[in-house]
Amino acid sequence: MNPVDLLNIYRQMYRSRVFEEHVVQIWNDGLITGEMHTGIGEEAINAVIVTQLVDGDALALDHRGTSPSIIRGLDPKKLLLEFMGHPQGLCSGMGGHMHIFSRSHLLASSGIVGSSGPAAAGFALAAKHLRPGKIAVSFFGEGAVNEGMMMESFNLASVFKLPVLFVCKDNDMAITTVSSEVTAGNLKERAEAFDIPAKELDGTDVEIIWQTTNEAIAKARAGEGPCFILIKCKHFYGHFLGDPLLRIVRKPLKELRKITPGLIKSITRFGGAPISDRVGSIKDVLSLITKTGKDRDSEVNDPLFLLRKKLDGEIKEIEVIEKDVNDEMVSIVEEVLKIYMESYQE
Amino acid sequence: MRTLSFADAIEDAIAQSMSEDPNVIIMGEDVHLLRVNLFSRFGEKRVINTPVSESAFLGAGVTAAMAGLRPIVEIMLVDFIGVAMDGLLNHASKVEFFSGSDWKVPLVIRASCGGGYGDGGQHEQTLWGWLAHIPGLITVVPSDPADAGCLMLAAIQYDGPVVYLEHKLLADYWRDYLGSGGRDLDYDVPKNGHKGEVPDKWSPIPFGKAIVRRSGTDISIVTLGVSVHRAMEAAGLLKARGVSAEVLDLRTVSPLDSSAIVSSVSKTGRLLVIDEDYKQFGLSGEIAALVLENSIRFKFSRVCTETIIPYSHSLEKQAIPDTKRIVETALELLNK
Repeated sequence: MNPVDLLNIYRQMYRSRVFEEHVVQIWNDGLITGEMHTGIGEEAINAVIVTQLVDGDALALDHRGTSPSIIRGLDPKKLLLEFMGHPQGLCSGMGGHMHIFSRSHLLASSGIVGSSGPAAAGFALAAKHLRPGKIAVSFFGEGAVNEGMMMESFNLASVFKLPVLFVCKDNDMAITTVSSEVTAGNLKERAEAFDIPAKELDGTDVEIIWQTTNEAIAKARAGEGPCFILIKCKHFYGHFLGDPLLRIVRKPLKELRKITPGLIKSITRFGGAPISDRVGSIKDVLSLITKTGKDRDSEVNDPLFLLRKKLDGEIKEIEVIEKDVNDEMVSIVEEVLKIYMESYQE
Repeated sequence: MRTLSFADAIEDAIAQSMSEDPNVIIMGEDVHLLRVNLFSRFGEKRVINTPVSESAFLGAGVTAAMAGLRPIVEIMLVDFIGVAMDGLLNHASKVEFFSGSDWKVPLVIRASCGGGYGDGGQHEQTLWGWLAHIPGLITVVPSDPADAGCLMLAAIQYDGPVVYLEHKLLADYWRDYLGSGGRDLDYDVPKNGHKGEVPDKWSPIPFGKAIVRRSGTDISIVTLGVSVHRAMEAAGLLKARGVSAEVLDLRTVSPLDSSAIVSSVSKTGRLLVIDEDYKQFGLSGEIAALVLENSIRFKFSRVCTETIIPYSHSLEKQAIPDTKRIVETALELLNK
């Protein structure tokens, strides 16, 4: 196994975090449209896996593609311009943040849940023919494992022995649905039923993720077929920016005032379920809000904070990295905002 | 009469149906929160949160309907129906035919559709032409709250599969959920579409009955959904140019109210179709063909979405039919 370069992993995680925090700010200012999903909270997974990719490896992403794209080496300036719908963006403003494409990186993404399964299988099939030793990584959430196309891709990859790393980032929430309540069985065992070796990991533990994925990637490169990795993580900004549950958690008075009158009418209205069922529904919604509150940003969940703590002995290097990255990102954001303002001044 | 938002009108009509008929259920992703009022009134047995498994729960909706329930299956965005298309294309639409008209599928597939909030080409399509292409499916596209509620009631009561499409610029919670996310953003929301007077008690509108939103003699503007409001605005501007435009709101794509279209075009001799769906092989061409089949001499033009919808909000505005393009095309058609 190759040794892990923790400082480089930290740099990539920090770049991703800082870039996306800028994205949040620009979204708040109304300059980014659509459903903006950030990877804030899952950077350890992205950084550890994506830094192991080489030229010719492919990356099949879902709607949460910003962080892996930044770490893969896509130009942050072009990405940000794309998110702002600018003609100088990565995809000329046509794709947007859910549809990041970079042919030179073999990186493709999609807003259709589950589609990164078949996408990775196809990339891997091409690798087998054209680029032996190269692999495809599929990123998706635990909600996507209930899509038929994802399960079909597991089967395909297994029987064709395709070099795919299926990476499921599990935060137990599919938008506002608790995934464990609508997902049968154990996901690790589900993958194993397809004869795919599977591991379940903690998404804040960089070294464990490294060990496991380094081994899995080596096997895939050697032609031993796919691997499934289930990694627990949190998304501090919820499903997407403006997540309705998170808004309730952050501003309960303001947001609950909007939904309470309708709720009171509904539970008291003649006709419908028995009162116990109605109370049950309200309890469900409240527990959803409580769960969302618990998943919020906190040091124990934050992979970036935890890695920084681990690298305590190298605080000088860390500070240099942080300054570098902050300078890089600030200058990019300033430049992008300048380009944007110049284009739209009339 | 009372005033309701477009979204509340739909929900109110569903609540009326659910309280009248215990076999009406709702099934879809995130419905516990998206339909929190129905969930808190009718409970989890009838408001069912699903996994992200569109092909399974739409397909299951078909046979649940065959076996006695009246399911409303929610596909969050119509774009996602691609994942579940088999249930619609090869099953829901064909069971009645295959069974020699013996077995019916009282299923409603409800989905949001349409663009105008910068969400890109995989989340802003309308696709009603594609869906209406399939024999055996009813495709409904309301343009205001009164129609939204009445057509939803009609959809639930109908004994066959109905695709019910609600435009995201009309339904406020979709605009908030997918668009603004709590930010103070302005979208080009049709004033008369997102809020309006509705009946105290819902009654069904028959499918295939278009409605004349504005009478005129020079040109027939045939349209549906949000484009109805753009066409109404355009008709107002055309009046200032001395043009009397008639605006026909189709309300359902399939069945198509051919007699209303034919009678309007016979009068004006000019047909302008405004369709937010794709131009090629779609509703606009279909309408032209059916008027031709009636041996009417007329001039024809159309304003449609001609490309994949760009993510960029400014490019998106140019792609989706707007008032300016409607006025310009109408004037060209009138040689003005």
